[in-house]
Amino acid sequence: MAETTLGHADHTAPRPPGLRGFIADWSSDQRAFKGVSWGKAMMWIFLLSDTFIFGCFLLSYMTARMSTVVPWPNPSEVFGLHLFGQNIPLILIAIMTFVLISSSGTMAMAVNFGYRRDRRKTAILMLLTAVLGATFVGMQAFEWTKLISEGVRPWENPWGAAQFGSTFFMITGFHGTHVTIGVIFLLIVARKVWRGDYETGERGFFTSRRGQYESVEIMGLYWHFVDLVWVFIFAFFYLW
Amino acid sequence: MVDVTPHGADLIPPAEVGEMDLYHPHSWWTKYVFSQDAKVIAIQYSGTALAIGLVALVLSWLMRLQLGFPGTFDFITPEAYYQFMTMHGMIMVIYLLTALFLGGFGNYLIPLMVGARDMVFPYVNMLSYWIYLLAVLVLVASFFAPGGPTGAGWTLYPPQAILSGTPGGTGPGIILMLVSLILFIIGFTMGGLNYVVTVLQGRTRGMTLMRLPLTVWGIFTATVMALLAFPALFVACVMMLFDRAIGSSFFMPAIVEMGEQSPHNGGSPIMFQHLFWFFGHPEVYIVALPAFGIVSDLISTHARKNIFGYRMMVWAIVGIGALSFVVWAHHMYVSGMHPYFGFFFATTTLIIAVPTAIKVYNWVLTLWRGDIHLTIPMLFALAFIVTFVNGGLTGLFLGNVVVDVPLSDTMFVVAHFHMVMGVAPIMVVFGAVYHWYPKMTGRMLNEWMGRFHFWVTFIGAYLIFFPMHYVGLVGVPRRYPELGDTAFIPPSVHTLNEFITVAALTVGFAQLVFLFNLFWSIRHGKEAGDNPWRATTLEWQTAGTPPPHGNFGKELPVVYRWAYDYSVPGAPEDFIAQNDPGPATQGGPATRGGPATQGGPATQGGPA
Ligand code: HEM
Ligand SMILES: [Cu+2]
Repeated sequence: MAETTLGHADHTAPRPPGLRGFIADWSSDQRAFKGVSWGKAMMWIFLLSDTFIFGCFLLSYMTARMSTVVPWPNPSEVFGLHLFGQNIPLILIAIMTFVLISSSGTMAMAVNFGYRRDRRKTAILMLLTAVLGATFVGMQAFEWTKLISEGVRPWENPWGAAQFGSTFFMITGFHGTHVTIGVIFLLIVARKVWRGDYETGERGFFTSRRGQYESVEIMGLYWHFVDLVWVFIFAFFYLW
Repeated sequence: MVDVTPHGADLIPPAEVGEMDLYHPHSWWTKYVFSQDAKVIAIQYSGTALAIGLVALVLSWLMRLQLGFPGTFDFITPEAYYQFMTMHGMIMVIYLLTALFLGGFGNYLIPLMVGARDMVFPYVNMLSYWIYLLAVLVLVASFFAPGGPTGAGWTLYPPQAILSGTPGGTGPGIILMLVSLILFIIGFTMGGLNYVVTVLQGRTRGMTLMRLPLTVWGIFTATVMALLAFPALFVACVMMLFDRAIGSSFFMPAIVEMGEQSPHNGGSPIMFQHLFWFFGHPEVYIVALPAFGIVSDLISTHARKNIFGYRMMVWAIVGIGALSFVVWAHHMYVSGMHPYFGFFFATTTLIIAVPTAIKVYNWVLTLWRGDIHLTIPMLFALAFIVTFVNGGLTGLFLGNVVVDVPLSDTMFVVAHFHMVMGVAPIMVVFGAVYHWYPKMTGRMLNEWMGRFHFWVTFIGAYLIFFPMHYVGLVGVPRRYPELGDTAFIPPSVHTLNEFITVAALTVGFAQLVFLFNLFWSIRHGKEAGDNPWRATTLEWQTAGTPPPHGNFGKELPVVYRWAYDYSVPGAPEDFIAQNDPGPATQGGPATRGGPATQGGPATQGGPA
């Protein structure tokens, strides 16, 4: 992210009205999205592509679930925990969701402090986000272990359609991978913020480019996306 | 009409982007091997794609030998035929054409044509190539795996793709294929994000989207489509991999395999078809749109005439791109879907003919009364138009449900798609190589070898694929290694098959002349100079040929006009380069702090 935005173009040329103006804006000089850096644009477009991946996964899951001729396991029972002598439905997943959504909150605060160039707070909040993310993955591992010990496999489970296990492991696994990658990058960026790489213009080890505070915000985009996807997975998998 | 304003100079805004922080290589390795320069990456992509494409070409010879002279070649068993066919199709479509148009031409032309120093994230761009190479190596590895590569057909339809009756179905063949595709998609995404962001956010001053050469429009739109279509293939591959490797049943219904009930249960093969074709149809246009774009530029340059209806051309490209996402099930008319679906998809399919026809009319109108130079790129461009129209016409047959059903899975389909997405884009690839090779190497390709290559390829392609339509119409099915004594097949089919094989081998050997030319001309070609075709676009206005690291000199060019100012009345030459401020320098209207007053770009408000 070596480039800097030198402010918006001073468009002295009159814009045509209506649809033509709309198009003229979009196709305007040098950059289509004014004031949006390369890194941010790239992340947005990547997320769009990733949306299609998750979309295909979820649609396939829905197709499988709607077309199966054997019963689908009841999520409230399957995902319940036996705590304090009673069965509480969806309790684990509720906590997981809470943790992940909270991590979105800390991430947003980190971005805010990043804008203010508050190195310490930015780094700490990013670390906190990473810890929450790691907690989420940890709980997911626990959930997987529990289900596996109860006999859920990609090819069978004790309660009904075999696709239950395979779609569950595949989709939550793919999402969990996203979270894990996010945690790793959070740690990397937090370290850079902490060391002040973005002030000193330290060059990246791989890219040999100077980093920018903006990485915090780009990281935030990714992280919020991963959370948003989780909301859909939660709704379609656990609440349906 | 569009953007031919002579006073464009006074509208040039100051730079919105600072100078790019380029990586300057220090060693031979980082300069030529692990290079972050898009031009080197482009050549690496193209070289790899051509090399693996050669494998696909050889496979097509083997198939043709079997079809023309069944029973003569012992080593071409039915299993081997299926494997050749599958690998041929997959390599041609994905590892050759997609990689060559987007990774090869995209990398080379986008930064140069939009006036950028490089792609926006050169490091990611470099990774893209290495992952692509890895994907190709995994693909090649499947040839040497026990049981050989998969023979499931390039569509990889389950259930057969992962059952024991299919070559490679239970061995490593299919697994390697799926892994290779997944790698390809990851690698492509890295490159694709670069291409898109470079076009959207990295243009030089004055280069509005509506001044982009159509080549960039084609590659750009195709890349956007690929970023949205490949996810479906990715998901399909992941799920099939799980079905094969860990026993899930996404696509596998309960089925009896070799007399035994398979462990699978309850999956849906049709779901795979939907996912595959949601990728597969846009893929056709991912290959076609760059070809459309490039051919527009070739025609305009070599007919010394501005492209007819530039705006329409842009909208047609974008419209085709959008529409191609809602036609996928025309590949599934025989899958037993609801007739209303068939109706819907037939309608959308035929609607695509509208923007496509607009493009063809515009190409023809560009040629109309142009100063046509029959250079080799022009010859290939003309061949493209003819071939594409041909393939489009048979597409009308196949797009209609009732006509398609009897033609489905016959050689007619094979002939059709070879015309539209085989021969036609390949013609553009050749035309583009002859056109831009001088920029890449500083030398022209040999003219006589080129003409020989063109005529043999062009005429040969028709000799191969025209008879194939007939063979299909009389009912010869596709994917059959031999026809035996089937009663309904007339003897003429056998004669034609021999004829086609001879033609295919001839065309194949003509490609060796082309390859030889590529290497020979690096040293012995005619010196090309900076702008041998006297073209307007920025890549011909670079500080040297081949362009140096960073593409342009100290200052990035400033763009004053669209890419098609050919034969402008009153202009001193028959072309005006995009970065030529034009009459404004000769005491034209006063410019507001614009660079044009100094007769050269950018003195003030230049890149910081
Ligand atoms: C010299 C040029 C070529 C020849 C002689 C040739 C020949 C063949 C033959 C004989 C088949 C098998 C037909 C069957 O038995 O069903 C085939 C299939 C195919 N070819 Fe080509 N081909 C050529 C170029 C190309 C190109 C440039 C493409 C790029 C799009 C291509 C894409 C395909 C595809 C997608 C299939 C279908 C494979 C399948 O059925 O799974 N071919 N080709
Ligand atoms: Cu299609």
